[in-house]
Amino acid sequence: MKPPAFDYHAPAGVDEAVEILAEAGAEAKILAGGQSLIPLLNMRLVTPGHIVDVNRVAGLGFVEAGPDGVRVGALARHSQVERLPELRRVQPLLGQALRLVAHPVIRNRGTVVGSIAHADPAAELPAVLALLGGSVQTRHAAGGRTIPAAEFFVGPLESALEPGELAVSVFFPALPPRSGTAFAETARRHGDYAIAGVAALVTLGPDGEPERAAVACVGVGPVPIVVETPYRAGWDGAAEAVAAAIEPEDDIHATAAYRRHLTGVLAVRALGQATEEARG
Amino acid sequence: MTTKLFGEPIPRREDPRLLVGGGRYLDDLGPGALAAAFVRSPHAHARIAGVDVSDAVEVDGLVAIYLWEDLPDRVGEPLPLLIPHPALTHGRTAHPLARDVVRHVGEPVAMVVAVDRYTAEDVCALIRVDYEPLPPVVGPENAVQGSALVHADVPGNVGAHLVQEVGNAREAIEEAEHTLAFRLDVERSASMPLEGRGVYARWDSGDSSLRVYTSTQASTSVRMAIAATLELPLPSVEVVAPDVGGGFGVKIVHPWPEEILVPWACIRLGREVKWTEDRREHFISSAHERAQVQYVRVGFDSAGRVLGLELNILHDHGAYTPYGIIVPIITSTQALGPYKIGAYRVEFQSIYTNTVQVTPYRGAGRPQGVFAMERTMDRIADHLGLDRTEVRAANFIQPSEFPYDQGLTFQDGRPLIYDSGDYPASLELLKSLIDWDSFEERRAEAAAEGRRIGIGLGCYVEGTGVGPYEGGHVQVTSDGRVHVSTGLTSQGQGHETVFAQIVAEELGVDISDISVVTGDTRRFPYAVGTFASRAAVMSGNAIALATRKVRDKALRVAAEALEADPGDLEIVSGIVRVRGNPTAAIPLKTVAVLSNPLRYAFDAEAARATQFAAPGSPDEPPLKEEPGLEGRDYYSPIRSTFASGMHAAVVETDPVTAEIHILRYVVVHDCGKLINPLIVEGQIHGGVAQGVGGALYERMAYDEHGQLLNASFMDFLMPYATEIPRIETAHLETPSPLNPLGIKGAGEAGVIPVSAVVASAIEDAEGLVISRMPISPSDLYDLRLAAARGEAERTSRSAG
Repeated sequence: MKPPAFDYHAPAGVDEAVEILAEAGAEAKILAGGQSLIPLLNMRLVTPGHIVDVNRVAGLGFVEAGPDGVRVGALARHSQVERLPELRRVQPLLGQALRLVAHPVIRNRGTVVGSIAHADPAAELPAVLALLGGSVQTRHAAGGRTIPAAEFFVGPLESALEPGELAVSVFFPALPPRSGTAFAETARRHGDYAIAGVAALVTLGPDGEPERAAVACVGVGPVPIVVETPYRAGWDGAAEAVAAAIEPEDDIHATAAYRRHLTGVLAVRALGQATEEARG
Repeated sequence: MTTKLFGEPIPRREDPRLLVGGGRYLDDLGPGALAAAFVRSPHAHARIAGVDVSDAVEVDGLVAIYLWEDLPDRVGEPLPLLIPHPALTHGRTAHPLARDVVRHVGEPVAMVVAVDRYTAEDVCALIRVDYEPLPPVVGPENAVQGSALVHADVPGNVGAHLVQEVGNAREAIEEAEHTLAFRLDVERSASMPLEGRGVYARWDSGDSSLRVYTSTQASTSVRMAIAATLELPLPSVEVVAPDVGGGFGVKIVHPWPEEILVPWACIRLGREVKWTEDRREHFISSAHERAQVQYVRVGFDSAGRVLGLELNILHDHGAYTPYGIIVPIITSTQALGPYKIGAYRVEFQSIYTNTVQVTPYRGAGRPQGVFAMERTMDRIADHLGLDRTEVRAANFIQPSEFPYDQGLTFQDGRPLIYDSGDYPASLELLKSLIDWDSFEERRAEAAAEGRRIGIGLGCYVEGTGVGPYEGGHVQVTSDGRVHVSTGLTSQGQGHETVFAQIVAEELGVDISDISVVTGDTRRFPYAVGTFASRAAVMSGNAIALATRKVRDKALRVAAEALEADPGDLEIVSGIVRVRGNPTAAIPLKTVAVLSNPLRYAFDAEAARATQFAAPGSPDEPPLKEEPGLEGRDYYSPIRSTFASGMHAAVVETDPVTAEIHILRYVVVHDCGKLINPLIVEGQIHGGVAQGVGGALYERMAYDEHGQLLNASFMDFLMPYATEIPRIETAHLETPSPLNPLGIKGAGEAGVIPVSAVVASAIEDAEGLVISRMPISPSDLYDLRLAAARGEAERTSRSAG
């Protein structure tokens, strides 16, 4: 469990980083928190020729909460975002999800942007970004772009990031008015990737009844599965909509049937909790 | 009086050192050593057609590549079959490096030695082995069909076949008023110590001596194996077990291939060599345990008394049998638990499969045996509509019936005779602790809230402290310090504490003056090893006996100095004094000086023992017995001593998500006299945690090709602390009449009944018969669906 040799780069700024990335192309992997990359390296499941360690890049460790939402820089650790005082007010779903990400020691090191860029469909944060319709801000040698969440997640562990492109920040839009969120998940052990998990966002109409609701489901498809969930005097229809949209598979921890059942159950629970949150 | 220490919950003396990173584990040693790594088979079963190292040899930093062909005769021989048994007619062990055929994923094919582990792994990746795949044999039921063979010369893949019978069980079952027959399944798990295996060897070419550090449970036997295999004089070989980060059975197997190959390469290269196992290697190349398919037939009367029991076991032994058939023998014999069964017939076949070999893991076959018996007790209760505790009580051996001969042969080759116990008292205590009799009220309360809870229990008897022997050495030096050594090893049990407690109490010294060394053949070369819950019983008693020798000698020497009768002396806090006259006293350190008559005064203390300072009688030789205030003794029991326990749990199963939570877990434990209740409870907690792993989380997910799909801590679900319930423990102390301290083993106890207990409680909550462990939420969900389709068995209680 030792990685093969690679060239190690430790740029001090974004410009330098994207220059190195441009030169190394598809041979490069970016090291931020390292919570996924280092095990993959040690197990020789990835064998990049270049590791670009961005931990010394200045100006990427920020977390900013404004009226529009929360912007998280590429070096902000999960725990740093979790502790942001405005988080609960501006976008509570982020905090609800971060609590479920692995364990505190991993959250002290792992980065929010890294988790998004890793694009693991079983992870919580991609589901949050997808549900909220957030975006990823990138830089590359020729400039940069903003990639909407709907286009960002392409497949399992596959994002829209191109070789040479560095995700510099992620934007989570603020909670709309009269809205609430919840994240419900079931894992085999505390901190494990979920067997099933559902993030929910519910917006109430003027009558106090849910007007618009959607969920994002983890681990039941190649990317986070976002489903608009109708409220018809209850969430039964929502469970049906979720069951129709997801594509769970058997693995050694659970059958596809169980995952499908569980995702439906968790969707109803999460929507119920989110509705209560919205009603305050 | 010296403070009482035996039986006191004193904190573990080793913890401050270990908790601040002061431990010295295998990989902390030899930072400059060459590193070894192994090319391991990616196939479950294949013929090796060729090995191409042409690219590999180009790597800078490579020192050597070895294949089986490179090994000298003795080194290349199959590894020893450690415990032969007449029923093991087809015992097979691996070669240290595969010879022609690989029989499981992970079997070592080539050894690489390089300047560091990174380079060694780079070289491994460049060695091209040409494998011709052979049909993989996976699962004992497939294997026993015999259509494909793991070993070409083992027909039907049956390594061993053993029947033990007391009375005529089949006849008793036929004649019984009630009979039941059913199948049970237990899946694989593994010891999985957090520190894997590891070996570090140093060769001194000047004096042709070898020192080997290895993360083992049996350093003395590793030493003998290395000396024999490498054809070295035994006195030239030292083996040291440094701090060991857990063993749980897997490190009792020896010599591992690496324990031969690393020292051999070290001598051959004239360089220090170290190999540190990584986690994937541990999963695929050490050992697993537990997997059995069991068929039970039982006949009983209306009171639930078992008249005849027949247990048929298919035991999955993996690819090799280095540890013999100890595991299925223990299952066979310890299935009987605290019960007197009318007639008993147990038969097992030990089956080869193309998977990692099976050797003892904490519990060592007992969890499976207890699962069979306790599932049987629950089924009888359900069948008769009796309380589950009543059925057990109806079958208990009574306190007046000890010693109780079960009529079988135990794992030590000795008769299975229980020495002592009080099973009815244990059950009463358990019932009161878990409020067994009022559970229906709690079930109703939970049901009113839409919650589903169940209660379960399990009983076991554990043969502990198996022979043949252990020894202890105790030496008081002229600085007053007491040095204790024993040959068996420590893997976290707390030996530095409990052995010191025994010596402090027996000798009358402060515990702070005592140091304990284990598993170092330089200090004590004779030992068996740490396994089978035997260290406290075996070395504890040996050390006590050795300490009594030291005490006797100290009193003799002091009596002479004080001109008193040895019978009038006592030792208190390291001072030998005349009882009732504290002014007539001599420190033990001075006694140590006087016990070694000297000519040369190398320090001030020594000066007291020189010929002009301490003139004795001119008519007697100065030395009357062995010099030094030290003693050595051994303890060898006639047979094992039998600890026992009973566990109960309350579980909640989520009616919707099928999640399973243990709400309460209660342990009643009887290991005879307690040396240190804190350490015993720690052992129980750790054991229960591993048991919860086996009951709810852990399995080795082999696919039909013999690939282990979950060979990492990400997918092999060893529970975290967050998955383990609070464990409530109560002790009974029924002393063993077999040994001077009256103690029994405690190391494995916690793990033994947990699967049975959790199955019992889930069955009670769900009203569905549980016959397979572990059980996950997904499994329970499937079982509910099967029940809804009428395809799963309901308990009689729930079927109404």
